[in-house]
Amino acid sequence: MSASAALSTDAQGSAARTSRLRKPRVQKVRVAHKGAILAFVLPFGVLFGLFYLVPIGYAIYESLLVIKREGTFGAATEVFGGFTQYVLVFQNGPFWQSIGRVLMFGVVQVPIMLGLALLFALLLDSPLLRGKRFFRLAFFVPYAVPGVIAAIMWGYLYSPNLSPFSAVTENINFLSADLVLWAIANVVTWVYVGYNMLIIYSALLAIPTELYEAARLDGAGQLRIAWSVKIPLIMPAIVLTAIFSIIGTLQLLAEPQVFRSFSSAVTSTFTPNLTVYTTSSIPNVNLAAAFSVVLAVATFILSFTFLKFTQRKEAK
Amino acid sequence: MSTMKTDSARPGRGIRPAQSKTPKAPLAQRESPLARGGALIVMGVFTLYFLVPIWWLLVAASKNRSQFNSTNPLWFADFSLFENIGNLVAYRDGVYLKWMLNSALYAGGGALIGTIIAGMCGYALAKYNFPGRELIFNVVLGGVLVPATALALPLFLIFSQISLTNTFWSVFLPSLVSPFGVYLARIYASASVPDELIEAARLDGAGEVRTFFTVSVRMMVPALVTVFLFQFVAIWNNFFLPLIMLRDETLFPVTLGLYAWNSQVNQIPVLRDYVLIGALLSIIPLIIIFLLLQRFWRNGLSAGSVK
Repeated sequence: MSASAALSTDAQGSAARTSRLRKPRVQKVRVAHKGAILAFVLPFGVLFGLFYLVPIGYAIYESLLVIKREGTFGAATEVFGGFTQYVLVFQNGPFWQSIGRVLMFGVVQVPIMLGLALLFALLLDSPLLRGKRFFRLAFFVPYAVPGVIAAIMWGYLYSPNLSPFSAVTENINFLSADLVLWAIANVVTWVYVGYNMLIIYSALLAIPTELYEAARLDGAGQLRIAWSVKIPLIMPAIVLTAIFSIIGTLQLLAEPQVFRSFSSAVTSTFTPNLTVYTTSSIPNVNLAAAFSVVLAVATFILSFTFLKFTQRKEAK
Repeated sequence: MSTMKTDSARPGRGIRPAQSKTPKAPLAQRESPLARGGALIVMGVFTLYFLVPIWWLLVAASKNRSQFNSTNPLWFADFSLFENIGNLVAYRDGVYLKWMLNSALYAGGGALIGTIIAGMCGYALAKYNFPGRELIFNVVLGGVLVPATALALPLFLIFSQISLTNTFWSVFLPSLVSPFGVYLARIYASASVPDELIEAARLDGAGEVRTFFTVSVRMMVPALVTVFLFQFVAIWNNFFLPLIMLRDETLFPVTLGLYAWNSQVNQIPVLRDYVLIGALLSIIPLIIIFLLLQRFWRNGLSAGSVK
């Protein structure tokens, strides 16, 4: 985002400069259709401010407070506590374990999911396959299943006695402490492969066919074309899906929350968001707010780093 | 952020549909049967992976309780699906229908209004020059990267300050905001709404706002349908915000309601039947919407992803 960030500071700077140099009236003449612009931008701007910016600010504010009590029975009051809550966050073992757990989840699940999505998209785009319409729809259907519902369904499919595949589930306990994380990974993969496949497939459709024709005439096979022509061209789409997947992984909540009623191995601090939820219902909102802030910052840094990393690789 | 940048250096790219691919057809004969067979097997196996769970859900929802455990789980016994649906709808004065209605209101209303305001904002960012435009766009882009779940808790704290938790609005209002929608609308508007057209409307004496709603919106339809759909899905699937905001069962969306039932299955065994039937019914509206609007969203999706 460095380019656009630079742009933004530029725009900001020049805006500040113009307002300093010119009288407002002159500016009014220069910006045409001011009323219309306001009418277009304000509705979204106000809601974005109220339900995005204010909550972020409020979370930061709450995370800087601590609860003080006057004696044992005194009223609790919130007072400024500096980074007290953040010290607690960094000392909180279960929280960091939950971060480690979703990172492990992401390192395994995201490449598998996107690898499958890429494979299916390339097959859909290749002349090898017939019945593309059917496959495209069939693979996309699970995306219409909400995460909660998908988790409930798979919870039954995994269960040792209710599963239609009880021959398997009687012998392998997918809901055990060792496997339940990967059982959840399967649910997430099942829901999102088709969605990511479609995004990548749309990018493939946008490549001009002449590019393949040239490669074909040079004697390149389908595999070669996919590897040397298609994949480099659709890299931006793959990066986009990867970033959304990384964000999604760190935010895991619905699936593990549902699995708590199928498996005792899913604790109340299984994922970072579960930790936030559990902490806020204690209630310890200040600590929960600090968890939220740390999680959001971690998410931002991770997706941002990933972006920079892939951009540098592309530039080489 | 190369993937999300708005440069209109390649206008129209990605909006081009698949027609350009037709010359490929004669090449198909040149592929080896082995490669074609392999491709078909891979896709066939994964079709089973994606569809068998849904098939199982349909079969399970069509059985009465005694047959659920005793008959082939992947094939129908006595077909009592409609009887089961009747029981589900009658249970506790039709609370399930209430949940479906709530979900339709949260997702349908939220996505509709959300799409209109995101479309207007994206359009203004694409078609007008004004100071702070890039700043606004970059802040909104940052919003795309902010996970919605990180906002749920502070939203709850703010709403409880003004005693609005556990109300329809506490879930509805935050759902209206779609930064991704603004991003997509801007990209699409700058590529597909010609400046000449806006100028022509201006010469005809139409106001800016009226031009948008009568002329420009028509060219942005694929993008707007895409924004609507994905916001609809996002709200329909949203779990954390209602979980944290709502206590009153009659305000629940269907996901939260089924979750609540599913966690009580051990105490109230009859709920297991209702959870499965309810799960089946709850995915049907989304599938129908996706099928109906397919033509639109596939074009809109490609516009957003290639940039």
